[in-house]
Amino acid sequence: MSVLVLGIGNILWADEGFGVRAIEAFHRLYSMADGVDLLDGGTQGLYLVNHVAEAERLLVFDAIDYGLAPGTLKVVRGDEVPKFTGAKKMSLHQTGFQEVLSAADLMGHYPGDIALIGCQPLDLEDWGGPLTAPVAASIEPAIALAVDILSGWGVPPVRREFSLPPEGGLLANDIDRVAYERPRAAG
Amino acid sequence: MGIETPNGFKLDNAGRRIVVDPVTRIEGHMRVEVNVDADNVIRNAVSTGTMWRGIEVILKGRDPRDAWAFTERICGVCTGTHALTSVRAVENALGINIPENANSIRNIMQLTLQVHDHLVHFYHLHALDWVDVVSALSADPKATSALAQSISDWPLSSPGYFRDLQGRLKKFVESGQLGPFKNGYWGHAAYKLPPEANLMAVAHYLEALDFQKEIVKIHTIYGGKNPHPNWLVGGVPSPINVDGTGAVGAINMERLNLVSSIIDQTIAFTEQVYLPDLKAIGSFYKDWLHGGGLSSTSVMSYGDIPEHANDYSDASLKLPRGVILNGKLDEIHPIDLGNPDEVQEFVTHSWYKYPDETKGLHPWDGVTEPHFELGPNARGTKTNIEALDEAAKYSFIKSPRWKGHAVEVGPLARYVIGYAQGKAEFKEPVDKLLTDLGLPLTALFSTLGRTAARALECQWAARELRYFQDKLVANIKAGDLSTANTDKWTPDTWPKEAKGVGFTEAPRGALGHWIKIKDGKIDNYQAVVPTTWNGSPRDPEGNIGAFEAALLDTPMADPEQPLEILRTLHSFDPCLACSTHVMSEDGQDMATVTVR
Repeated sequence: MSVLVLGIGNILWADEGFGVRAIEAFHRLYSMADGVDLLDGGTQGLYLVNHVAEAERLLVFDAIDYGLAPGTLKVVRGDEVPKFTGAKKMSLHQTGFQEVLSAADLMGHYPGDIALIGCQPLDLEDWGGPLTAPVAASIEPAIALAVDILSGWGVPPVRREFSLPPEGGLLANDIDRVAYERPRAAG
Repeated sequence: MGIETPNGFKLDNAGRRIVVDPVTRIEGHMRVEVNVDADNVIRNAVSTGTMWRGIEVILKGRDPRDAWAFTERICGVCTGTHALTSVRAVENALGINIPENANSIRNIMQLTLQVHDHLVHFYHLHALDWVDVVSALSADPKATSALAQSISDWPLSSPGYFRDLQGRLKKFVESGQLGPFKNGYWGHAAYKLPPEANLMAVAHYLEALDFQKEIVKIHTIYGGKNPHPNWLVGGVPSPINVDGTGAVGAINMERLNLVSSIIDQTIAFTEQVYLPDLKAIGSFYKDWLHGGGLSSTSVMSYGDIPEHANDYSDASLKLPRGVILNGKLDEIHPIDLGNPDEVQEFVTHSWYKYPDETKGLHPWDGVTEPHFELGPNARGTKTNIEALDEAAKYSFIKSPRWKGHAVEVGPLARYVIGYAQGKAEFKEPVDKLLTDLGLPLTALFSTLGRTAARALECQWAARELRYFQDKLVANIKAGDLSTANTDKWTPDTWPKEAKGVGFTEAPRGALGHWIKIKDGKIDNYQAVVPTTWNGSPRDPEGNIGAFEAALLDTPMADPEQPLEILRTLHSFDPCLACSTHVMSEDGQDMATVTVR
């Protein structure tokens, strides 16, 4: 079975980076079962459609404005996922993920099962800023939810005996979360 | 009140104000306001981008060798071109030369991005401004097949193919989930294609969607991964190991052959699908030649795709370099990106603060200090703007100018310059297309011309892919396996202070990164992106930018359904600082249009 675990968002806009940072942490803490791919989708929009179309099951991490308390996690599954779209706050990336799903559908390759782990953001406008504290604190619980979902799909991830170091993960060249968020000398 | 701008456009903001926010099917967040006269003709245009901030905020104090990885995250579609511009800026600052193979591979990466972006833009972001999806449902599959076969040898053209596709589309539309087609004004009077042409275009919409997965394999092979391929100051990150079989990341013969076959498919798709479609669609819109804006007067291209490694001279660059001003096509001005008097950014009408806002700043000395305030004639509140005041600050986009002139950048600018230089590879395809459509040369200066230039450039880029792939393979076979120069990798080999500039021609136009390095760290870093040139607000002299100019004098069939505005703005392939969709349950289905 092919499973895609996808994190989407822009790491340069504070909590917008939740999805990508969740994938990064998931990869550092767990090794995936055969047939499970982790993908840092960034803000690739429609360019992700082929990855989605090739997946039999799809798990997505994203920052979602549910209008809940910051950091609140909410899992949405199946047919409910495409409804969580558009933009309450506002969509910078107008070829949003709902369009990606619809495009996969139109191509005749809609994933058999979809789960979306969304985190309520606090700040989406802090250019260059870190994840806010409540969102950062939700990463490990979000991963626990992902472990449950993947286990339910028969592809349980295995906790690594030793976590991968921050710089040895999916995001290199100083954009791993620790390096990105470290304070730098001004001037 | 009517005024004339120094760059020759008449503005009148007396009529009804139409607000389109957000402008959909672009990369980024954009809003436009226009005034229309009693005949619904656009007489004033105000374009604003609402989110961009300078990258220097994030890069200051970091290692210059990592800057590409950050700039790659600015935007979801321009990833590679920002990364390439970044490594070029660092190499320029530190005097680092790259090997020939690295130059060929970088060109292949950049051309691949060009082809990919143009294809996706045309079929998935722009075609729907010309193609009525719902009309495709009433097409006759047999007649569609006849149409397709009359314009191209592309094999997917049988009546059965179009019938199946129409069935799928029908099911999709009937399910009530229009998905990618939801932002459409289906049935709008400005749609001119017969149902059969619409159905053919929808088929190719899907084929292009499928085909893009092949194209990006080139990025995976040469960039080590995709999305977000790897780059390297001094060359390219993937070593060449011709005899290798399974080495992770290494370029071997098997992978070179795979790239070669993808290039063949790319050329076929571009020449047998994209160009015939462009021509077929264009033939129904020959009387809709609005949207020329600055393209007939002031255009600029930095040039790109160097034939020879480290040679960024006009002669070496295969995409043209230069500036045309005031419609003088026989005079191409040279560009010096390091000259403080040439490229300057103004913030008189931008939500930033300068010590002296009557003056522009060269990017090496650029500052980005946000200062959000609405003008006295704006309506609404800061968080819910009803109408902007364009006499004051009104955009988060700065106003870059070349020697004080507003210029258009992008595929049309490149083709106008290449044509004016008399270069056959740009002039001949333009002449042929115009002759086939029975249009005069002046028709090029239009929304449709911009869209056509992008298609012609896609074909050019696909052929150049073949050229550089063959060049790379020949060089490897001659025994040159070098892909990186690490002589100046470590900061102890660098001067205490250095500055440099890197440039590319991104799919949507001229892109420059200016860097200052001090004690091995980034001291200042400014990116001036193509949409900043095209989407800029007014400058201190009152010159309007390319978006605003292109919207003027366009008649609208129905201001409540601003298809004509979207068509012209999309023709630029606008791309603002990308973030991504934050999903919520009560999403909006269409751009909000307000008539005031």
